[in-house]
Amino acid sequence: MNAWPFIIAAYALTITGTLAVTAWSFVAMRRAEAEAAMLSERP
Amino acid sequence: MHVYANPTRFLKIARPLTAWLGWAGGATIAAALAWGLLLTPPERLQGESVRILYVHVPAAWLAMAGWSGIAAASLMQLVWRHPLAAIAARSIAVPGALFTAICLATGSLWGRPTWGTYWEWDGRMTSMLVLLFLYAGFIALAGAEKEKGGEGRITAIFGLVGAVNLPIIHYSVVWWNTLHQGQSISFVRGTSTIDPSMLWPLLVSALGFSLLFGAIVLMRMRAELARIKVEARLKRMAAS
Repeated sequence: MNAWPFIIAAYALTITGTLAVTAWSFVAMRRAEAEAAMLSERP
Repeated sequence: MHVYANPTRFLKIARPLTAWLGWAGGATIAAALAWGLLLTPPERLQGESVRILYVHVPAAWLAMAGWSGIAAASLMQLVWRHPLAAIAARSIAVPGALFTAICLATGSLWGRPTWGTYWEWDGRMTSMLVLLFLYAGFIALAGAEKEKGGEGRITAIFGLVGAVNLPIIHYSVVWWNTLHQGQSISFVRGTSTIDPSMLWPLLVSALGFSLLFGAIVLMRMRAELARIKVEARLKRMAAS
């Protein structure tokens, strides 16, 4: 059995999942910290 | 640990550390995966499918390390009432669940060309599936408890009780002689049955994913701390 389609699928799944959770966490952090900074600047 | 109980002190360290862990982790993963995919030899019995292990093993390691982190944070929350412990446990849960799912999926993709099946109700695979359900339960429970304004004590107890599954996963290949192969690396004895040409990219890949996992957890902790700050500020503004 040719293993390469399984290897490609495993790498694609891992890379996509890792990138997705990293991007989601980064965007959530930037958004929350920007909101906190904006509120703390208010008198 | 109590030194970092102060969120301000924690953030002072977490801010530069997030970027450092993120970039170092990303670069290490890229190098390790290119190494494993393009430069390592095929294994004598497994053939080319051995390359799946460079992503499967780090995912398995992080799935278990993630729950170990949840259990440690839960203990800190219950015993010492560490203010950041509950935030840390909740921040580990989502990436931990993701890497458990990746471990199960890549294991299935490795199993089909190697064993001839995607799935078998074997001790190791079943206990890993139980770990995924535990993560899902923890995420749901933490969300529900937070919504009700609780301190997260029930979630912390769940985090501690769930740790019972970790030795079951670890020793499953010893207790039950089923399809999943036995332990290849022993950190306690410092031994390995893997050839160095495959062992090194595997270790480098595990290091890279671990560094990135740390960055993801720090990002999620920082987001939650900022949200708590916003909520407190809005409450004060509404009261005045």
